[in-house]
Formats: sequence, structure tokens, C-alpha cells
Amino acid sequence: MSDINSNIPEGELTSKWTKYKSSVPLVNPSNKRTIEVIIVGSGLAGASAAATLAEMGYKVKCFCFQDSPRRAHSIAAQGGINAAKNYQNDGDSVYRLFYDTIKGGDYRAREANVHRLAEVSANIIDQCVAQGVPLAREYGGLLDNRSFGGTQVQRTFYAAGQTGQQLLLGAYSALERQIGMGKVEMYTRHEMLEVVKIDGKARGIIARNLITGEIERHFGHAVVLGTGGYGNVFYLSTNAMGSNVTAAWKAHKQGAYFANPCYTQIHPTCIPVSGDHQSKLTLMSESLRNDGRIWVPKKKDDNRKASEIPEDERDYYLERRYPAFGNLVPRDVASRAAKERCDAGYGVGASKLAVYLDFKANTERYGKIEASKAGNHNPDKETCMRLGTEVIKAKYGNLFDMYAQITGENPYETPMRIYPAVHYTMGGLWVDYNLMTSVPGLYCTGEANFSDHGANRLGASALMQGLADGYFVLPYTIGAYLSKEISVKAIPTDHPAFAEAEERAVGILNKLINIKGTKSVDHFHKRLGHIMWEKCGMARNEKGLNEAIQEIRALRAEFWSDVRVPGTADELNTELEKAGRVADFIELGELMCIDALNRNESCGGHFREEYQTEEGEALRDDENYAYVAAWEFKEGVNFELHKEELKFENIKVAQRSYK
Amino acid sequence: MSTGNMNLTLKVWRQKNNNTKGALVDYKLADISPDMSFLEMFDVLNEQLINKGEEPVVFDHDCREGICGMCSMFINGRPHGPKDLVTTCQLHMRSFKDGDTIVVEPWRAAAFPVIKDLTVDRSAFDRVIAAGGFISVNTGNAQDANNLPIPKMQADAAFEAAACIGCGACVATCKNASAMLFVSAKISQLALLPQGQPERYRRVQSMVAQMDAEGFGNCTNTGACEAECPKGISLENIARMNRDFASAKFISEETI
Repeated sequence: MSDINSNIPEGELTSKWTKYKSSVPLVNPSNKRTIEVIIVGSGLAGASAAATLAEMGYKVKCFCFQDSPRRAHSIAAQGGINAAKNYQNDGDSVYRLFYDTIKGGDYRAREANVHRLAEVSANIIDQCVAQGVPLAREYGGLLDNRSFGGTQVQRTFYAAGQTGQQLLLGAYSALERQIGMGKVEMYTRHEMLEVVKIDGKARGIIARNLITGEIERHFGHAVVLGTGGYGNVFYLSTNAMGSNVTAAWKAHKQGAYFANPCYTQIHPTCIPVSGDHQSKLTLMSESLRNDGRIWVPKKKDDNRKASEIPEDERDYYLERRYPAFGNLVPRDVASRAAKERCDAGYGVGASKLAVYLDFKANTERYGKIEASKAGNHNPDKETCMRLGTEVIKAKYGNLFDMYAQITGENPYETPMRIYPAVHYTMGGLWVDYNLMTSVPGLYCTGEANFSDHGANRLGASALMQGLADGYFVLPYTIGAYLSKEISVKAIPTDHPAFAEAEERAVGILNKLINIKGTKSVDHFHKRLGHIMWEKCGMARNEKGLNEAIQEIRALRAEFWSDVRVPGTADELNTELEKAGRVADFIELGELMCIDALNRNESCGGHFREEYQTEEGEALRDDENYAYVAAWEFKEGVNFELHKEELKFENIKVAQRSYK
Repeated sequence: MSTGNMNLTLKVWRQKNNNTKGALVDYKLADISPDMSFLEMFDVLNEQLINKGEEPVVFDHDCREGICGMCSMFINGRPHGPKDLVTTCQLHMRSFKDGDTIVVEPWRAAAFPVIKDLTVDRSAFDRVIAAGGFISVNTGNAQDANNLPIPKMQADAAFEAAACIGCGACVATCKNASAMLFVSAKISQLALLPQGQPERYRRVQSMVAQMDAEGFGNCTNTGACEAECPKGISLENIARMNRDFASAKFISEETI
């Protein structure tokens, strides 16, 4: 059934990557010095690749839209990074991490990619520690681990609630080292607006200097996009304000297939929306589910304060429905369960769109342990709570502070109110085993590609994938391509292909400036987000998706006739930047709905209401939908479906159960 | 729930670019909710300006959860505003009162030139890191992470220094526009860890040299940087940096 080739090497699953690495063609050092690689994005996937390729000897140019590579949104990842180290001696292994990830992704990821990810996971921790990343340690001086959803081992490494920050600063320091040595040219406050293709191959990009508005042409023998996810298509998400799909979407329009766009991760524990002014949503790390219990009142529309609701009138619905995994079920399952309770009328808070995340039981438990350590074997409740609060503070202090700051409530005293929010996108540019898109010479890494998480990503796996791609996978696989490019001299940027690409980019900028309509960019973005959240969010159905497609098409027409972009294109113009990004989000939104409509099954983060078990769990259709949906962009805004069949040779495909 | 009842007067620094002079411009805002973040209040202002056909205020911001370090407003004479230990994006309007006048300026320092309105150029920080804020280890050469036990206290101290978000509030608040809190935080993180020892004295010299070359001022131990740092980075780091710098010059054989 596949009509696209994923270039997975032959052989046993467990030896594919090892064999590949030892047989992949190499580029000799003197040739590397003349080969140029462009990397767009400076997050975990981009910065790690840029640093590593420069260390290997390639000439690298790296681009980011922020004022420094250290700002990339990987910095905001809180909870941790998985690695199959088995430091806790709890039975972890490469196979188990591989298995958990495939199962967690609801059997919609590629076995070979995921196994490779599990294999290199341990190297990432070694590399980061060598860079001086201060991961959390135990008193014995060894690294500490915590639990995350969807697994029964402790394999998550962390640095308080700031793991992404510390890992990114590690990659950033490696990148800055190469910049200091002149081996990477860094272009900050630059946005990629086009991919340049010559004879079918990616040969460069068009970028806009965001300060001066100048349009620049950059040549590369290969181009790598590590540009992150597209969650901001929903307007409200846990993404940074600037996170966007533009680089990936421009690549898509130049022939790179977009895979599984409808797979969106809705994270269960975020701070609820407080009003129409809301500009973004803030995550409360999944690690909190280690020590927090999630509940709603057993009585509908219960208006009592949480503290006034007695124990036997509380419904710990995750523990009730999923006794084996309890509060640590995967994100898609936890999010849907919260929505189910709220839709049924059991929600809490003013909006009734929230559930409680309660730390009291574990605070008391920790307090008892601390008291016991101090020789008090019969502590009263107050002592337990006081001592336990100190433990909770040490583990999650920054998250509790953030919650207090945003809501004005004290989470040490009352339970947190949380609700699911858009967090991560499993879909992205289609890539083969080499991380190359369907455009030769154009690569895609990290969240921007689709490859490793199937229909649902497990917690603490995004940091793992971003760094795996950048440090350990791409630097090998890109060599296979570049080894055939050694005779290609740098192509001058006055080549007609550069001129054409620049014309396309400038045409769009001018068009946006000259509409001079009546409504702001944010106005359109909010409306798009509303359509997406209501009709292509946590639950989708055929009728809603068909409506959404019509509404988005109408919105696109209105946007292109009535958007107002003040200022000019030859200055720092943040409204112009946003307008270009929202224009691409509108087209992507339509494709997401088309993809969701095409997939007549429920799997992971994609929940079609028509396809569920009697107990309300996702019902897959392996017979007809065990494929990657890779969409090709066609003239106008049209899309053609290509299928990559998923073969499971090492794992028995089963109904996912966390009961 | 969405609209509030706060009325505010804003005095906002407007400056077209680095070649023109700027000035404070007054704006009135009505019906601001106390649950809004400070930047969401600016979103409301900008929406109003756009609807009136004027140019919105340009300001740096990205994650809006206090970790990327991009937001950088000087509010009523204090970087990141009146509350301790928060960034501008985490400051909420409940920290202000109905009827308040709020003055908003960019970071002010010779090494941070204004680009437009409230946006400044902080690339000097990147160049200081590029001068030595790293451990020279190439990808693929690392030993098993647990082969190098590090006492928890030491690892925690390194983490506290590493929590710096590079926002530049320390420079903005310092009467000398000194960057020593920022620079010493990175130097301390690496000096506290065994992995950082081989390059310890080389690093402190090259980073301090770059810091001086960028035009940052010196430290006169006022402590404003520590007081205004949204991440609570400690002055102890500056002391550690100075000790290492002196050691490098007088004790270490490796001077650069």
C-alpha cells in the first residue's frame, strides 16, 4: 500500500542503526570544509545539530527569529528527558523504552525510528553531563530519576522544573563555542521565508532580517529545518508567542510532504483560561502527577470550596478508571478523562472547565517520612504538613510559584485547578529514516518532523527526540547525502532559482502590507484558533470537521481582503511577521481538518467521536489506517494523500490499555 | 470574567530606530482586568493602536512563562516591574491599582542599544558566552554519566547559578551597567562542577575580557542586580568570579 519509500535499512531491528552507522558513506575532512549546511531553528534539535556538524568540520549557518539562540522554546520544557539507563535497576532497557514509546504513540509510529531513538537515549545523558548540564542528583552524587506518564519505570532525568532550559543552555553553549571559533555563522532575528530548490534539490533559503527588513539569499548544500511544532494554530497553546509553522509550511509548498497533521497533543495539566484577554496557556509539568492526585466532586455543580468537600465525596476518576497507571496514564487519556468529567457537569472553578490537582495526601506522606528521619515516629498532622510542604517546595517550587503568580491563589493551601491545553504536535514534515523530507537535501528534525511519537507523545520524550536527532542521528545520516555532493561548488545566489524564491517571498510581504483592511492579525488568529479548538481539538467528528473546513476557507478569503498590517516592510515590523505566520496557520488548519476527516478511527491524540469503545476509549482501525498520512501540496490550496504503511514486526499490536 | 475595571495611564518609550531620538508617549487604557499579565495589557494597547491606524508598540517577548528571558521592560524605574523574582511576562495587573500611571522604558545601557521602542540589542551577552561560557567537549566523546559522581550540594549550587535566563535586568538596573552578575553566573556554574575544571582559569579570563570589550561597566558592590534578578541569582557568584580571576592572573600558569 505504501507509495513512498521510508528508506529503512534491512536487517534485524536491533542492529539496523549500528550497521547503518558503520556502513554509511563518509565525507573526508577537507571536503567537509567546503560543504555548507543551513540550519533553521536553534532549539534542541537545531542547536545540537549546528554545533555537532560544525565540530565535524562542515561550514554551518544557523538562523533563529529570536534575539538569541538561547531563547528557543525548548527552553520552556519543564519535567524531564527520558533515557534507557536503568540506573534505578527497575528493569528498564532499550527495548522497554522502545516498546513504551510505540505503545504510547498508539501504534502509529515507525518501529525502526523509535528503536534508534531508544538506542541513542543513553548517549544524550552522557553528552549533556559532559557539557556541564546540572541534572538533579542524589546524595550519593549519582543522577536522580523521576516517573512520567505511560511507563512503569523511573527513567526520567531532570533539573528541577527547568530541564528544557538546562539542556538547551547546554546545546547553546556548544553552539556558541562553534560560533566563537568562526565555524558557525549565526543569524539571529532572521526568519526563513522560502526554500530555494535547484534541479529538485534544496540549495538554500530566503530569509528576512527582522530588524532592517532586508531580504537575504543564503546557499547551502543541504538545508535542515529544526523549527518546532505548530500548536499555535490553535491561538491558545503552551507554545511561545513566536512559535510558528512558516518554515515547515514553505517547505511543504515546495514539495515536502506534511505527515499526520491532525495528531495534536493536548496536555492534561495546564492553568485554565481566565478570560478573553488570554494570550497563551501555561503548563504545569506532568511530573506533578507523580505527587498530585486528580479529582472532581462526586456531586454535579458542587460549589463548595475544595477543602470543604470530604474525602468520600471526591471522585479520583483516573485512579477509578485506570487502576494500573492511575494518575500516571498518558496525556491523551488523562486529557479526555478531564474533558469527560467537565462535559458531564462535574468541573470546578468559575468556568467549570477545570479539575483539581491535589498534593495534600503526598505532602502528608512526605512529612511523615521527614519526621521519622528526625526521630519523631508519631508526628501530628500539622507537623507532617509543615515538613511535607518543604519537600514539595524543593521538588516543584518554581512551578508552584508560577501557578501562584498567574492565578493569584496559593497552591500549597488549596489544590491547583487545571485543564487540558494544546501543547505539542506529533505531526510534521514527513521524513524518511535519514530524517530527509520528500525534497532531496531538505532535512527536518525535532518537533518539526513527524517521525517518532506516532499519535501521542509520552512525557519527557520531546527533549529526547530533539537531542537525539541533532546530536546523534542527523550528523550521520546527512553524510550519506553530502558524500555525493562533494563536487558541487557553492552556487552563487544570483542563480535564477534564488531570484524566483525571493520574488515569491517579497510578493507575499507586499501583498500583506497593501491590503490595508480593518482587522488586526490577532483578530484572525483568534478566530482560527476558536474553530480549531471547537472542531479539531480534543474530540472531532465528521460533521464538525466538514464545517470547520468551510469556515477556514471563508476565513482565509476574509484574511486576504481585510487584514490590517501597519507600517512598512523595511523596518522591524512585528505585525508583518505575525501576519505571514497566521496566513500559513490558516492553510495548515484546513489540512489538519482534512487529515482528521480522512482518518476514520481514533488513535492517541486524534479522537473521532464516531470511533470509540463502549468505555469511551479510542478505537483504532488497524485494518485500514495503520499508515502515515503524508500530504502533498497542490496548486491553489489543495492536498493529495500519500500513504506509508506501518509494519509492526517486533511488537504485537494491541488495544492500548492502562487499566 | 474577561474585562475588568482598572483605568490606567501609560507613559511608553517610543523610538523609531537607533538613529532617531525617542520620547515618552501617553496612552489611556480602560477596563483592564487584574487577571491580565502585564504583556496582555500591552496586547490590549496594541490592538487599540492598530484599530486607530497607528503603529503598535514593539517589545520583545516570547515564552510568556518567565523562562526564555526575552521580555525586558523597565517599569516604574525597575526592570520587570515592582514584584521581586518575576519577569515582565509573569507580572500581573493585580500588582497595580485603578488610576495608576505606569512608566515603561527599554533597558538602558550602552552595551544594549535600542532597536525600536522597548526592544534592545542584547547580542553582547551571546558574544560573552562564545568567548568561553562552555566546556570544550565534542559530541560523541562522553563517558557514562554516572562515572563522575558529583556531590548533591555542589550540583545544586551549579544549578542555581545556571538558572540565569540572560534577560539583562542586572545590567539595566546597575548604575554602572555592569554585566558581572550574568557573566559570573555562567563562570560559577562551570567552576562548581568537576567537568569545568580543565578550562576554569582560561574561561574566566576570556569571558571577562569580552565583557569589558562590549562596554559593560564595572561592579561597585551595590547589589541592585541581585535584588532585581527575576531568578534570584546570588552576588556570591560575582565574588567567586573575582576570586577565580585573581587566581588566574596571579596563581595560574595559564594567562591569556
